[in-house]
Amino acid sequence: MSKDWPLWEVFVRSKGGLSHRHVGSVHAPDAEIAVRHARDTYTRRMEGVSLWVVPSSSIHASDPSDDAAMFDPAADKVYRHPTFYNIPDGITHI
Amino acid sequence: MPSLPPIRPEDEACAEKAPGAGTFDAPPVDHPNAMLVEYLLRLGDDSLILSQRLSEWTGHAPSVEVDLSLANMALDLIGQATHFLNHAGELEGQGRDGDALAFHRDVLDFRNCMLVEQPNGDFAQTMARQFLFSTWQKMLFERLIDSRDELIAAVAAKAVKEVTYHQELAEEWVIRLGDGTEESHGRMQDGLEWNWRFVPELFEMDRVAGEMAARGIGTDLQAFREDYLTKVRGVIEQATLAQPKDQRPILGGRRGHHSEHLGHLLCTMQFLPRTYPGAVW
Repeated sequence: MSKDWPLWEVFVRSKGGLSHRHVGSVHAPDAEIAVRHARDTYTRRMEGVSLWVVPSSSIHASDPSDDAAMFDPAADKVYRHPTFYNIPDGITHI
Repeated sequence: MPSLPPIRPEDEACAEKAPGAGTFDAPPVDHPNAMLVEYLLRLGDDSLILSQRLSEWTGHAPSVEVDLSLANMALDLIGQATHFLNHAGELEGQGRDGDALAFHRDVLDFRNCMLVEQPNGDFAQTMARQFLFSTWQKMLFERLIDSRDELIAAVAAKAVKEVTYHQELAEEWVIRLGDGTEESHGRMQDGLEWNWRFVPELFEMDRVAGEMAARGIGTDLQAFREDYLTKVRGVIEQATLAQPKDQRPILGGRRGHHSEHLGHLLCTMQFLPRTYPGAVW
C-alpha cells in the first residue's frame, strides 16, 4: 500500500520564532494525510508546534557529481567570513 | 456475528421471576457510589477495549506511518482508561486499582459498548469502527467537560483534544477509502455495514445513564443523537458511500452481555498479569 504512495519531506517548527527544520519523510496518499502522518511520526514527543510537508518530487537538488564545481571554490575564500577582518581597538557595537 | 441476541424487555420480565430476580449481571448496589462506579467502568472500558483492539495492528498496519497513527490512538485511549478505571477503583473501595479492574475482571464484568470490541477486520473495517466511535466519543466528552464529577470533567477536557484528532483522522480515511478505488470503496462500505448495528447502543439511556445525567455527572446521550447521525451521514455521503441500512440493534454491552469477540480479546490482554501475578516491567 505505502509503496504506491508518494513521498513527502517533513519540516517541523520546534517552537514559535524558530524556523522549520527538515526532520525526515513520510509516505502518504495526499497532502492532508501526509500532515497527519508527519504529526504521528515526528511530533509525538512534543517536538513541534507547526508542520510543513512538501512533495519530495518538488525538491530540486544539486547534483552530487557537480560537487567540485558547486562547492569547492568557496573553500579558500575565508575573507567572506566577517571574522577574517581584524576589528580596530576602540570600535564598539559591531 | 455476535453470539448473543439483544435482551428484549420481555426477556427481562421473564428474568425478573428467576431466582435472585435475574440479577446475575446487575451491578452491585451495596455501596453509595455503585452507579458512579458503573458509569466510570463504561467510560474506562470503552477506551480500554478499543485501545487493545488498535494495538493489535502494531507491526501489521498497511504502512509504518499508519502503524504509528493507530498506536498513538491506542496510547491516548489507554491513558483515558487508566484515569477512569483508577477513579472507579477508588470509589468502589475494595482495594482494586485500574490495573486490577483491567486485568482481573471477566467478560461479564466489562461494561464497554459492543462497538469497540468488534474485530479489526481489514483496515477499512477498523477505520469505520474508529469513525463511528470517535465521532460519538468526541460529542460525549465535549459534554462531560461540565460533569459535576471533577475527575470526569478533567479527563474529558484533556481527552477531547485527543479524540478530536482520532475523529478527524478516521473521517479522512473513511472519505479516502470510500471515494478511492473500487476495491477500497467496497471494503469501506462493508466495514460500515459490519459496525452499523452497534451504533444504537451508544445512545441507550438505561437506569445508570439516566441517573448519571440527572445528577449532572453524565449527560443525556439522546440529546446529541441527531447531531451524531447528521455528522455521520454527511461524511458517508462525502465518501460517496451508501448509507448503511438500519439493522436489528445489538445491545447489552453496558450490562455485561458481550459478543464472543471480547473473551478472545481479554485472553490476550489479561494473559500476562494472570499468569505472572505481580509481574512488573
